[in-house]
This record gives sequence, structure tokens and C-alpha cells, in this order.
Amino acid sequence: MEESAANNTATVEQTLPQTDVIISVRNLSLFYGQTQALFEISFDISPKRVMGLIGPSGCGKSTFLRCLNRMNDLVDSVRVGGSIVLEDIEINDPALDVVELRRKVGMVFQKSNPFPKSIAENVVYGLRIAGVRDKAVLEERTETSLRRAGLWDEVKDRLSESALGLSGGQQQRLCIARAIAVDPQVVLMDEPASALDPRSTAHIEDLIFELREEYTIVIVTHNMQQASRVSDDTAFLYEGVLIETGPTEQIFTRPREKRTEDYITGRFG
Amino acid sequence: MGNSSKGRSKQSFWGTGEPFVWATAGALSLTLLTTAVLIVVVMVNGLGVFWPSDAALIIQNDGGRVLGEITREEAIPGTNERRIQVKVANRDLYGLDFRWIPLEDIENIEYPEDVVVLERQEYGNFNGFLQKLEQENSEPGEGRLWYQFLRAWRQVKKRQREHGVYEERIAALNREARSNEDRLLKWTHRNVPETDRRVISLLERKEALRKQFDEVSTEQAQALRTLREERAVFADASGRTKEIPLIDIVRPLRPNAMSIPAKVGTYVAKVWELLSDEPRESNTEGGLFPAIFGTILLIFTMSLFSFPLGVLAAVYLREYAKEGPLVQLVHIAVNNLAGIPSIVYGIFGLGFFVYGVGGTIDQLFFPERLPTPTFGTGGIFWASLTLALLTVPVVIVSTEEALSAIPKSIREGSYALGATRFQTLVRTILPMASPGIMTGLILAMARAAGEVAPLMITGVVKMAPALPIDGVFPFVHLDRKFMHLGFHIYDIGFQSPNVEAAKPMVFVTTFLLVLIVLSMSSLAIYLRGRMRRRYAMGAL
Repeated sequence: MEESAANNTATVEQTLPQTDVIISVRNLSLFYGQTQALFEISFDISPKRVMGLIGPSGCGKSTFLRCLNRMNDLVDSVRVGGSIVLEDIEINDPALDVVELRRKVGMVFQKSNPFPKSIAENVVYGLRIAGVRDKAVLEERTETSLRRAGLWDEVKDRLSESALGLSGGQQQRLCIARAIAVDPQVVLMDEPASALDPRSTAHIEDLIFELREEYTIVIVTHNMQQASRVSDDTAFLYEGVLIETGPTEQIFTRPREKRTEDYITGRFG
Repeated sequence: MGNSSKGRSKQSFWGTGEPFVWATAGALSLTLLTTAVLIVVVMVNGLGVFWPSDAALIIQNDGGRVLGEITREEAIPGTNERRIQVKVANRDLYGLDFRWIPLEDIENIEYPEDVVVLERQEYGNFNGFLQKLEQENSEPGEGRLWYQFLRAWRQVKKRQREHGVYEERIAALNREARSNEDRLLKWTHRNVPETDRRVISLLERKEALRKQFDEVSTEQAQALRTLREERAVFADASGRTKEIPLIDIVRPLRPNAMSIPAKVGTYVAKVWELLSDEPRESNTEGGLFPAIFGTILLIFTMSLFSFPLGVLAAVYLREYAKEGPLVQLVHIAVNNLAGIPSIVYGIFGLGFFVYGVGGTIDQLFFPERLPTPTFGTGGIFWASLTLALLTVPVVIVSTEEALSAIPKSIREGSYALGATRFQTLVRTILPMASPGIMTGLILAMARAAGEVAPLMITGVVKMAPALPIDGVFPFVHLDRKFMHLGFHIYDIGFQSPNVEAAKPMVFVTTFLLVLIVLSMSSLAIYLRGRMRRRYAMGAL
């Protein structure tokens, strides 16, 4: 029944033929040295939907997220087992060009991290390192990315000013604009609103809702209300194990697992 | 200040941390005070040197007369009496520049307007009175004797400048003779017989050059001899006369007759001479230009090597090298390198750069000139390399600190956008670290500017015949020996035959060296400030 529902939405929303799975995770395990952090995780992520990852602190949500664009490569002692397939690419393939992968899988961090450059330079950073030189293209992308991130009207008159002069919420939206400027297929968000005030958080949540139309979004969040508001599907992780995954409505109203229910109702975590 | 806290309860006194605040503030004030005292002493002693002070005519009880600038007054050791020190000058007449006179013996002190103080090419100053002009080749002019003298002196100086062409010609001949000699040496070294056409033509050229040289130097000597015949007769305080060729006079003054603006003018002229002229009188007088030039060029060349080397090494250590015992060991070694006495670096520079690298270059490229070394002897290039080696640890340490201060989130942000390690480094990390790297450069420059010991064995000299950069091809001669302000201080302060007369120059040189270091650092600090404003991390 679940599958048919997914199929239905796909045919309703998409005119182009498309598979209903963009990322498929199979038996993913991860070790920090001798410590195992993820245990045999397997599930699928559907395209142009928002996948929310929830779970108590230290359950491996962020670690999992970082597997999707191989950011864990930067940590020396990490070993990964299992398979993650993005369309037809095996992400865990050691021979994979991670630079190419990261252009397909963008990322937004918990703390906004704009570069100490101008607003415009921040947006086109990814394009510049990809070798785009054409000024017209860069300008056009700056505008469309900032518009999509809902920041254009606020910054259009000061594109050449430092990005560090923006407010916290604006900086985070700039980071989103920066991530989507390279036109990725998937955008990973690691608690993107946790350091923001309620108004900026609402802004970001609206943004996620709009971005869903073009990108697949995987978002880690601590906040149950946020998860229920923004995500279409939800996966619950607990101590490195995937406990349950499914459409958000189902997870939040009739979870199959007792631990999911306990966590969602605030009995632990 | 420790135990004076009886009034209050001990707990609250020490608990508030009040004494600690006082200790920190005290330490800071002490440091600032010492530095301020040093600078003030140097400035007061150094800046006053060029002021044309009045010359006093001191008449003693026994009728003796002494003429000179009163330089200081002090108590005679072991008695209640006081004495004054007078700079009597006239070293060629008296042998000594300074004299002590007990105040008791002095009957009267006058400041006659017609006292003349001459700065001379040799023997230091002359204090006395102008008596008459002896001009063999020109008519005495109109007006009072002093103005006649001034006019004649200016005439002579003008002619002397015109004779500069002789020196230029001699220098050009010397250069040609030198390169001719080098070519000749090359052929003889390759055992080309003396009957060879090429050798014969070189030998002929050598002979022709020698002839030309002789002609020019005879002409020059002749011209000088005529000029030297223009003389003036002066008398010292007690009436002894002295004939002085006008050409030997650098600057004639009548300090007692000078107005304040005139004195200021002379002061400025003397300071300009200091900055732009060559030294005279075994460096105790004249200018410091070659030493200033040498110092700045040395620091500049040093930075050119030490800066890229240090930054690249630090980038490897921090960004590429895998943390491990080996890297740890390198860190310790780098930190300890900064503590090695500079003379050790000097000896290393002498052994490795001068004798090792320079000697090898000589053997490979200039074997015909041996045993006269070409690169196998001290020079500004080797001295710069030695200093670069000495300052590289400073650059490495500050660059590493700057790199490690950049938050991880920035790197991750860049990687997540598909940047490679290199792109992240060049586009984001290095610009952000640049203010910190600049700090390292400032420290390195300050350290290098203050070093003298390693230079003394790698190429600094008391008197360099030519600057390391001049108008002669290939314009930059980094193999040349050079002069340096730091060494100059040591040389004139402690190696001069006339220490008392050289003392003012020591202060002046010190002041200049401090000034150069200060202005170079200020420039670097200004640049760092601009980089900071550009790349500073805002509120994150």
C-alpha cells in the first residue's frame, strides 16, 4: 500500500518518467576506529521529496548524512561498509570522484558558514571552482539562486558587500543559495535552523517547502515539530540503527515501533 | 607589594585578584618604560648631533685660550669641583678632539661672532678664525673676507664636482680592464698559447687600457693639484695658523653668527647628507646611505626567500602531512630552530652557502679566476640566505597558527561545494590566514633587521666600494659585499680609532636602524590591517 501511494504521487506530480528512488542505501555500516556508529542501515529516498532524519543526540543522524556526500572522508579513522547508490552511481566506490559527487549532492550545515567574501562571490563559489568564467552566467546564477533562497530582495543592492555583514538567518539562506547554485540533485541539511531564532527558522522552513519542487532534500532535525512540518518522509535512527522509516504522517500518527512512539511523544531523547 | 594586606581579610584581598591586576599592569608599564627610555635616549643623543651649536671661547686664569663647543659638565671624581668638556676639534694640531677644563680655572667665556667651524674631509672639524685667502689662480673677490672666502670655496666645490668626470672615466676603464682580465684568464686557463690571435688582441687591449688609465689619472692628479692650491689660512684660539686647501672643507660655518632659521637649514642639510651620502673619516662622519641601502636590501632579499619557503613548509605541515610522531618531531625541531644562537646560523651560512655552494659555483663556472673567489666569498646574497634560514621558523610557526585558527566549518563548506583541497586552500584558507601570515613576516623582518652576528662572517664590511644595485650591467650584484647599519654601530662604536668623536654617530645610526625597522613593520602592520578588514571572520 505504501509503494502504491508513492507511485501515485510520482505519476501525479511528474510528467517526465522518473524512478521513485533516487538514493538507495543498503547495509550501510560505519566505524570510527574500533567504534561502530552505524549498523546495517537500509532504506530508499524518493526524488523531489523531503526526507527527515530524526533521533536522539549521538544516534548517527549527522554521520549518516555525511555518508551521502562522502564528507566522512575528511575524518582519518572512518571506515564505511555497505552500499549507497545515487541513481546509477555507487557513492562508496573508492574510485569515485568525490568532487563530482559533491556537485550533485550539496550540503547546508548547522552553523552558517559563509566565506569571508562578498555575497555574490559566496553564491558563485561552487561555479567558479567548477571552472565557470562567463560573467553573464555567473550573474544570472547569482540572481536565480538568491531568488530561490528568498534572499534576493534583501541583498540585491549590496551583492559586493561582505557576506559576514548579514544576519544569522540571512547567512543561512545565503548558504542554501550557495548550495543550490551548482544545481545539485540532492541537498543535505544538517539541522539548518537549530542556531536561528523562530522567525528565521520559519523562513528556512518555508524555503525547504519550496525547494522540494526542484531538489531532493535530506534534512536532519532535532525538532519534532519541524520534522512533522517540513518532511514528507521520516526515518528514525536510534543508537546507529534505523528503527523505522515511512511517510511522515504515518510515523507521527501510527508508528509501528514502540521506541519511535516513545521518542516522538517525548518520553526519551 | 606582597604582605601589605593586613587591613583587609586575607581571603578577600587575594580572592578579588586585585594584586594580580596590579602585577600585570606593573609588568606592562615596566616594559613600556624601558622601551621608551631606550628610544628617548637614542633620540635625544642622536637628533642633537647635527645641530650647529655655538662655539665658546674659553679664557683661562693663566691666559690660555680654548675654542670649542661645550659638550657636557660634570663633577671631577673625588672632589667637589666641577669641570666642562670642550670639543676643541683641530685633531691635526692637538691630537685630541676633546679637552676637560676645571670650572675653577676659567676666567671668562665668550662667544665671538667670527668663530669659524669647518667640517673637513679629513681630521674632523677645525675651530678657529679666518685670517686670509691664498689664491694663486683667481682674483680675490669684493667684500668682507668671510664672503670672499665663501665665494672662493663655492667656486672650488663647483670645479671639484666637474672633476667627477675623471672618476667616472676611471671607473669605466677599471670595469673594462676587469672584464678584459677575466677573459684573458679564461684563455690562459684553457691553455690557449700566448701567440693565439684572441690572446694577442686581449693583451693589446690591456696595454691600451693601462695607457688610457695612466693618462686619465695624471690628468686628474693635475686638476686636483691646481685645485689644492686654493687655500685659506686659519688661526686657532691661541694664534697658531693652519693653511687649509679649500677643497678639503666640506662645510664652513660661523655658528655664533647664525640665526635660528640658518641653523635649521644647516641641520636639514646635514640630515640629508646623512641619508644620501657616503661615509668619510673611517665612517665616523659623512653619510650612511650605503649602510641604509644595504640594510633594506638585505631585509628585502631575506623576505623573498624566507617568506615563500616558510609559508609553503607550514602549509604542508598543517594541511597535507598526516599527524604522527614524525610530524610531531618536525614541530619540535621547527620550534627549537628559532632558539639557535644566530652566530651558529652565521657559521653555517659561511660553511654551507659561502664555501660550499659559492665555492662549488666558482669551481664549476669560474675556475680560471681561482684562487680569487667570485661567489665563494661573503656577499649580500649569502647573508640574505643565512638570515632567511634564521627567520624561516618564525614564519612557519605563525603561518601554522594562522592556518589552524580557521574554523573547520569553512573548510567543510568549501569541500561540500565540490572544491578540492588545493582550491579550498588557495581560494579560502590562505586569504583568511593572510593576516596571521603577515604577522609572521613582520616578526621575521624585525628579527632579521636586528641581527649582526651572522652577517659579520657572511659578507658585511666596514666600507663597501660599490652598492649591490647600480647602473652597471646586470644592475643587481648580489654577490657584492655590503654595509649594514647594525654592523656600522658596532664598527664605529667599538672599532673606531676615535671613539669619543664617533659616539654621536653611534646614536644616529642606532636611531636610523630603529626607524627603518619601525617603518617596515608599520607598513606590514598597515597591510595586515587591510587584509584583516577584508578577510576577517565576522560574528559566526
